This record gives sequence, C-alpha cells and structure tokens, in this order.
Amino acid sequence: MTGITLKEVRKSFGATEVIKGIDLEIEQGEFVVLVGPSGCGKSTLLNLIAGLETLSSGDILIGGRRVNDVPPRDRDIAMVFQSYALYPTKTVRDNITFGMETRRVPKAAQAAALEEFAGLLQIGHLLDRKPGQLSGGQRQRVAMGRALVRKPEVFLFDEPLSNLDAKLRIEMRTEIKKLHQRLGKTVVYVTHDQIEAMTLATRIAVMDEGHIRQLADPATVYEDPVDLFVAGFMGSPPMNMLSGRLVRDGGMAVLCGDGPTQLRFPLPDRIANRVAGAEGRDIVLGLRPETIFAAGTQLPGPDRFVFERPVVVDEPTGPDTMIVFEIAGQDLIARVRPQDARPGGTVFRFEVEMDRAKLFDAKTGLRL
Amino acid sequence: MKQASGIVRPKGWRQNVQRVLLFVVLGLFCIYYLVPLFVMVSTSLKSLAEIREGTLLAPPRAISTDAWAKAWNSACVGVRCNGLAPYFANSVFMVVPAVLISTFLGALNGYALTKWRFRGADTIFALMLFGAFIPFQVILLPMARTLGELGLAGTIPGLVFVHTVYGLAFTTLFFRNFFIGVSSGIVQAAQIDGAGFFGIFFRIVLPMSIPAIVVTVIWQFTQIWNDFLFGIAFTVGESNPVTVALNNVVNTSTGVKEYNVDMAAAIIAALPTLAVYVVAGAWFVRGLAAGAVKG
Repeated sequence: MTGITLKEVRKSFGATEVIKGIDLEIEQGEFVVLVGPSGCGKSTLLNLIAGLETLSSGDILIGGRRVNDVPPRDRDIAMVFQSYALYPTKTVRDNITFGMETRRVPKAAQAAALEEFAGLLQIGHLLDRKPGQLSGGQRQRVAMGRALVRKPEVFLFDEPLSNLDAKLRIEMRTEIKKLHQRLGKTVVYVTHDQIEAMTLATRIAVMDEGHIRQLADPATVYEDPVDLFVAGFMGSPPMNMLSGRLVRDGGMAVLCGDGPTQLRFPLPDRIANRVAGAEGRDIVLGLRPETIFAAGTQLPGPDRFVFERPVVVDEPTGPDTMIVFEIAGQDLIARVRPQDARPGGTVFRFEVEMDRAKLFDAKTGLRL
Repeated sequence: MKQASGIVRPKGWRQNVQRVLLFVVLGLFCIYYLVPLFVMVSTSLKSLAEIREGTLLAPPRAISTDAWAKAWNSACVGVRCNGLAPYFANSVFMVVPAVLISTFLGALNGYALTKWRFRGADTIFALMLFGAFIPFQVILLPMARTLGELGLAGTIPGLVFVHTVYGLAFTTLFFRNFFIGVSSGIVQAAQIDGAGFFGIFFRIVLPMSIPAIVVTVIWQFTQIWNDFLFGIAFTVGESNPVTVALNNVVNTSTGVKEYNVDMAAAIIAALPTLAVYVVAGAWFVRGLAAGAVKG
C-alpha cells in the first residue's frame, strides 16, 4: 500500500501562508494532477510531499508511514523537474545511474535497470552524451529515465512538459500516460495546463490560493464544477460567464441585460428544481462554448434555446471556428462548425443546450 | 575587404578614415604599455658595460644571460648571496597551499550559502564580505600576535594561514555569485537521488564550477604571490617570499648598482603570475564555452 495521505497540511514562508490546510487522500496507483494558476501553491505542495520543503504543520503519510521528518532520499519517491535538472557534467548514463550509485546498488543491477529504461524511453543511443548535447525532448526523456530507473513507489512530476514545444508536449503526454498504465505506480503531477490535467489525471485537484477547490475525476470537474473558479479555470476557450437575474414567469429563467437586447434563458426542469425559491437572486449563468452552436446544425434535443446576435469576430481554429458575440456588454464565445461560421457584422442564429448550463451564485461564486 | 559575417556596417571613405584612426590610437596605447616590458627584458640581457654606454631603448648588441643566472643563484639578498632561488621556493610553498585551501573553502562556503539556505545565511555572508574591504595594515599587529600564539610566527605555514583567512572573503564572494546562477533543481534532484551535502558538493556541484574555480585561482594566485605587506611583516630572512627578497636585491646599498640583475630578478619574480594567467586563462575560456552549452 503506497498511497499518499495529507492531513491538515500547512506551509508558511515567513508571514505568508502558502498552503492553507489541505487534506488529500491519494490511492495506490492513482494519477492525481494538481492544477491551478501560478502562485496557487501547487508546486509547494509537491515539494512538501517530496520532502524538499519542511511542513509548517500537519502530517504527510506515504504508504501509511508518517514522513514529516524523513529526508527526500528515504521517501521512496522520484521526481521529474520542470527544468529537467540534469547533472550537466555527467553523461546521460551517469545521470540515470547516479541515484543507484549513491544507494550502492550493485553494478550488474544498475546496468540491467539502465538497459530496461533506456530501451523503454528510446534513449539507448544517447547514453554517452552530455545533457548539453541533447534536444529538449531528449532531455525530458533522460529526466524521466532518471526518475523511473530506481523503481520507486511514488512519482512526482513538477510541470515536466512546460518547456517543450506544442507538438512534443502532446507526444510526451501520451507517453507519460502509457508509462503510468504500464507501471501502475502512484503519480502526483503538477501543471498549470488544464488540458494536461484533463488528459492525464484519474483525479484532478483544482487549487487556488493554497486551498483545493475541487477534487474529482476529470469529467466531473469539467461538467460539474463546484464554483466559478473551477468552472473558469477548466476548459479552453473558457466557459462563458453571463451575469443575470433569476426570474419565475411561467417557468424559471435567467434574464440577461435589459431593454430591447434583453435575453431570457429558460431553465430546464432539472436545473429549475435546484434553484426553486431563489427568484430575484443575482446569478452567473455558465455556458461552455461547445454548448452554443449555429441553430439547427446539431441533432434536435430537449431544452434548446435559440436567439440572434450579430457576430463580433470569428476565429477559425481548424476543426472548429470560435464566434465571439455580445450579450449585455459581455463577450461570449460560441464553438461552431467551420462551414457554419459567418464574418463579423452578420446577424447569427445561435442555439444553446440549456441542459448543460451551470448556475452560480453571483456573490459567493458557488454552484447553485 | 569582405565582411564574412556580423553586423552590417556602413561603407565609404569616412568609415575607412575612422578605422585607420582607431587602429593608430590603439597601436599607440599598445606601445605605451609594452615599452617598459621591452626595456626590462632588453636591459636584463645586456652586460653592465653596455648599459652604461648605450641608451635605455637600444636593443642588446650581444645577448648575455649572465644577469639572469646571477639573479637566480648568486645575487646577494641582504647578507646571503644565493640569489632568488630559495625565496622563489618559499613563495611556491606559500602560494600553492594558500590558493588551494582558500579556493576550496570559498567553494564550500558559496555552496552552503546558496544551496543549503539556513537562518542568517545572508548576515553571515555580509559579515564575510567585510573581510574584502579591510585594509590589511589594520590587522598586522593583531595577526602578528595571533601567529605568535599559534607558534607560526616567522614561518611559511603562518603566511599560508594569513593568506587563507584573508582570501576567504573574495573566494566566498566569487563562488557564491557563481552558485546563485546554478539551478537549485539540480541540488534537489541530487537530494532525491540520495546524495548528501558533501556528495552533492564533490560529485555534482564542484565539477560544474570549473569557470569559477579558474577565476578564483587566478585571482588568489596573483594576490598571494604578489603580496609584499604580509611577507615583510610576518617572515624573517630565510623565510621571506620572493617579493621581499626582490626588494632586498634591488635596494641593496653596497657596491655597484647592477641594473641588469635587478631587471632579471624582477622578471623572475613576475613570471609565475604570468604563467598562471596564460595556462589557466586558456582553461577559463574553455570553461566559459562549456558553460554556454550546458543544459
């Protein structure tokens, strides 16, 4: 059993509290991604698990053992750093075997482990080079090799892909996922890239200002965010956030804007029931871009709402085109098929899947 | 003239005139700096008679190395007439351990101050920096007292001790500033890989700091070899370093003034620093190049 348990973990640097009481239970073999904006404390939390920072208070258990006072070397962990942190004066071979060297692993076992992972990571032909002679992707592989080769029970990744170019990042992302499936070890992975979080994680912990806002599997975090922060952070382009007011006039609805351009978004029963009795309250209506599309271009479904607005700009991305339009002075993005796109200035008929709309309290930001 | 590569420059007669002017000025500066060296070398190769007849700038008519031989092994330093050789050896015995110890301790200090941050590290560093600004005349008396207590007064090991202590401020400064630029991730990675304080220092950090080591060695060697104040204050007669001995050769008040021997002796005393600069300088440039491509 080598899960990780965090109990009321706190960390302060001087007077600044960076981690404000985090409880987290990570099961054996899980792939947990800590995601959040810069400065949210995710890297600090990882360093606390690694033992590179000392806890201010709370407990950390790895595999049931309390490791608060155990130095990094004795925690049975390996870590991949954002900067790779390869030893510049050592060859790739010595970089990878250094950890076994310091632990006095017999030479034969070292060679066997080196061979196994050099083959797995396809770096066998690079073993005699120095890190300075490698490309970014190769360095990344060596850094992974150095972590894997000791076969620890827990892997910690600190934004390992953020220094790679876009194409390589996607390749390495897939490889990390394959490696995890193959080795089945516990992984804690830090990133600020919500797509990495979505694609890799078995569970995502969305962090903000030293707290975990939501801890759930990727689908839940995406479709069922607990508050405005999580909803806004996950998804690209981000969720549209529309300020409005909850009204009941022949069924619950959200009123946005006023005057002739006012829009009335009717709420389906499922959502209406959840907010029953909250009429008149100021709320935020969350609509993901992919739930707004050109009217009549998708199979008809229940609870669709159709409205017209002029296109402000259109942004082709290839597979889809983003159409920016305005409601009550706020920019919204709709995700339409390229053939449905129209240039700026034309009036466009939009269709919204109201069943996937999310309501948030305007004051607290919490999901309703 | 064809420009192979580099920044595009304007062409035309004005530019040509400016470049000629530039090189004339640079040439004049070169001559200005090189003339004294030329006079020293040429004088040291002349005989006394030739020095008296000729002018200062005239090259030697008949090259003679007698003055060099005399400066090395028979010139009179004070009352002993063994030349500079024994004092040169004194300087070597002083400079080698002093440079090695102060450089090593400086590297260790810089590493501890930057990569193993502890409470008060900045204060300690600031206090150490004071050492770089203390005029050495101020500490002559207390240091003489200290050396006496330690039983090192008037000896080469005593001089090694003094130079090590007062070199630490600079060597620590050099290494601290170098290690500040070394990624802390490397040290963290090594910690997770299971290496301890000294393991990381010797196996990871020190091999990375060749450029800093070379700069520090050049600096320390030049400072310590050329030192006169500590040499004359803390050693006596036989244990004098070569700088003090050179002074005694040149300032001898008896007999004929042997300019050729003086010049040869001065060059001999200066050669090691030149040699270190040439040899280590090549390493220095190589170290910089290695640093430029490191990951």
